[in-house]
Amino acid sequence: MTLRATLTLMTATLGTAAFLAGPATAQTLKIALSAEPTAADPNYHKMTANDALSAHVYSSLVGRDADMKLVPALATSWKIVDDQTWEFKLRDDVKFSNGKPFTSEDVLFTICRTLNNETNVSASYTDVTKRFADVQTPDAHTVIIKTLEPLPLLPAELARSLPILWNGIVEHGKLVYEPKKGCGVTGAWPTVADFNSGKNAIGTGPYMLKSYVKGSGIELVRNENYWGPKPEWKEVKMIPVPNAGPRLTGLLSGDFDVIENPAARDLPRIKENPKFAFVATPSTRLIFLQPDIARNPSPQVKAANGANPLQDVRVRRAMSMAIDRKTITSRIMDGMATPAYQYMPDGMFGALPKAPEIKYDPEGAKKLLAEAGYPNGFEMTISSTNDRYINDGQVSQAVAQYLSRVGIKTNVDAVTASIYFPKRAKREYSFSMGGWPSETGEASALFGLWVASLDAPNSLGTSNYGGFSNADFDKVYLKAAVTVDETARKKLLEQSTQIALDNVPLIPLHFESTIWAFRKGLAYEGRRDQYTLATSVTKTK
Amino acid sequence: MALFILRRLIQSLFVLIAVSVVVFFAVYAVGDPIELLVSPEASMADRQAMIARLGLDLPVWQQYMSFLWRALHGDLGNSFVHGIPAISLIVQRIPATFELVVVAIFLTCAIGIPLGLVAGLYRDEPLGRGIMATSILGFSLPGFWQGMMLILLFAVWLGLLPASGRGETVNVLGVPLSFFTADGWSHMILPAINLALANIALVLRLTASGVVEARSQDYVKFARAKGVKPGRIVRRHILRNILIPVVTVVGMEFGSLIAYSTITESVFAWPGMGKLLIDSVYQLDRPVVVAYVMLVTLIFVLINLVVDVLYAVLDPRVQLLAPAN
Repeated sequence: MTLRATLTLMTATLGTAAFLAGPATAQTLKIALSAEPTAADPNYHKMTANDALSAHVYSSLVGRDADMKLVPALATSWKIVDDQTWEFKLRDDVKFSNGKPFTSEDVLFTICRTLNNETNVSASYTDVTKRFADVQTPDAHTVIIKTLEPLPLLPAELARSLPILWNGIVEHGKLVYEPKKGCGVTGAWPTVADFNSGKNAIGTGPYMLKSYVKGSGIELVRNENYWGPKPEWKEVKMIPVPNAGPRLTGLLSGDFDVIENPAARDLPRIKENPKFAFVATPSTRLIFLQPDIARNPSPQVKAANGANPLQDVRVRRAMSMAIDRKTITSRIMDGMATPAYQYMPDGMFGALPKAPEIKYDPEGAKKLLAEAGYPNGFEMTISSTNDRYINDGQVSQAVAQYLSRVGIKTNVDAVTASIYFPKRAKREYSFSMGGWPSETGEASALFGLWVASLDAPNSLGTSNYGGFSNADFDKVYLKAAVTVDETARKKLLEQSTQIALDNVPLIPLHFESTIWAFRKGLAYEGRRDQYTLATSVTKTK
Repeated sequence: MALFILRRLIQSLFVLIAVSVVVFFAVYAVGDPIELLVSPEASMADRQAMIARLGLDLPVWQQYMSFLWRALHGDLGNSFVHGIPAISLIVQRIPATFELVVVAIFLTCAIGIPLGLVAGLYRDEPLGRGIMATSILGFSLPGFWQGMMLILLFAVWLGLLPASGRGETVNVLGVPLSFFTADGWSHMILPAINLALANIALVLRLTASGVVEARSQDYVKFARAKGVKPGRIVRRHILRNILIPVVTVVGMEFGSLIAYSTITESVFAWPGMGKLLIDSVYQLDRPVVVAYVMLVTLIFVLINLVVDVLYAVLDPRVQLLAPAN
């Protein structure tokens, strides 16, 4: 073929291509994700992106609405038999996507699989199941779970980390709860590859996995056997576009119907354009600062007297007062965050109903610093990521400036997440930024990991890099963690919140909002748990 | 020639080992992936089990030796993040990158060489000067910005082409290719142009300067004096003589586009290898990074070999002999 002929052919092909690349059919929903799920195996690696994908294909015993309130799902009801025994009644009208009925056997099988899962990362789905003493299935629609210790958060934990699999994906005899001996399974336990290929991706969720190709996208089709309301979209395509710029241009050019997390700086453009809209939903993700309280001296703090001023609660309070949270949330975060005066959003379970505002008061902060013996302040470094949380680098710069204004000369060290997290774990920092979403809808996980005294064998205080330790707090919190009675637990958690606020182990900054932008003609119900779901998208016309 | 190829392959084995040492230790120095992998909620025991399973508890030289041992058996390790063999993760992405680069290189040659010829032959006329001046734009524009502008113009404003992603694919012998669908082409053309622009400028300038030099050579003058037609002079005498540097550059560019077209792939959300590399570096996914660089080294070695063979085809004076000991 001559060169000219080739060129003519190419031009012709391009012409047709442009003509054919019209809008997709109205039945297909295209979503651009900011983070790609790392596997289609629901027990692989606990990350928001993975769990959101699982929520399309699988249902759990307990569901969670957009505000993270627990609602019945595969279980119609549950009750506490005694402190360590729970009884779940299951729906009897549920079918898997392959038409097979859902029974209590599937629940038992799923629990066993989380405990016999060799291809997972970090065993994160065993956090709740490894605390089970026994699982019984007296009939096809009843499950009784006995726990090793009182586990008040069991329903919330089941909602966030036990998507139900079909027991037929592996050969087995009679299933019994003996995880160490394989529960009666005779075949090989499924691996992550079996789920990625779609072979074992059989669930009771609103969609079925059609294909999962790393890097290029995920295709879902409606599950006609779904037990809940009929899903609106026949097909869903999810395409990972980690870079915010291309994600936005994809929305503007009509490639995508919905995009996750557009950059905050681009929101004015979306706002001005009548063809697009966005929602911003406050999440439970708290951004906070963690002072080094345990060490004296601390590596990145320099005070005239050679001591570590962060050990003094007055200094920590002064720092908290010196930061103007309202200005940070309105100017740097463009309104995409709400100021935090406690560790959970107001009114959530275990949080104070309405925490008193921590007023911006630089004069008061200076006075407190002088009282603590640092009238001329001291020098330190604030460490943070620059690519993990929304505008994290800018927020830490703003904090540094506020602190410098009251005399604490603060340097900024903002680095990429893959460098930051290992360094923080080695405790190389003295004053570091952190973020934590309370996925169970109450403050207990944050307290257990970040505030309780370090007790590694019991998984307590493992993120308490500041080394805060307060006997009163530990006593109240540990009691709350095993109190099943709701009213009593709520009171104990509120008490823990108050003790923490008084001693400032963490300086709360703000709660991040999650943003979804979408084209006109759609409505999006934003979720507090940050999941991006096709079922959250509805047509308005 | 067979001996030549054999020798080159043996040499490249040493190159590969040297590269693996450098990359392995460099990635090791960046940081500990365990903090990014293990959830803070995991217990100490689970954490230790995970560290042991990934082999991160061993001293680094021991990790390297076991990596090398497995690599010699064809196993470059499992991705920490995705849990499947690193090499299959990379191989999955090859078709997407490969077809994009083939189109880009085709555009480079099909546009760069003829324009370069014209620019060289009409150097002192407005046409030639215009081409040369425009070509400066080609390699001085940053690829990232240029890509965004292409998207803005053709996708957002004109709405002619999709902004990102890869189009529909058709399986050809089990390899998913988007060469054969209209949708595929409509997705491919913008990123391919973005990749090609800088290379077109490069090849164009290279060709033009070659032409200028070759035109004043005695053999060209002689051919002209002999009455050879101008078209034949250009094809037989000028073009053939200046192709050697062009082939070298195109070969090298082919390799580096396959390996490192990261920016274009990010801007256009093209599911290729470059994006995989960047993601893996951010997630400290060591096996993928190491396997990637090893594979890329191999590709470069092979391309160089092909270029050497092409020399011999283009220039009868070049003989492929094994270098003397």
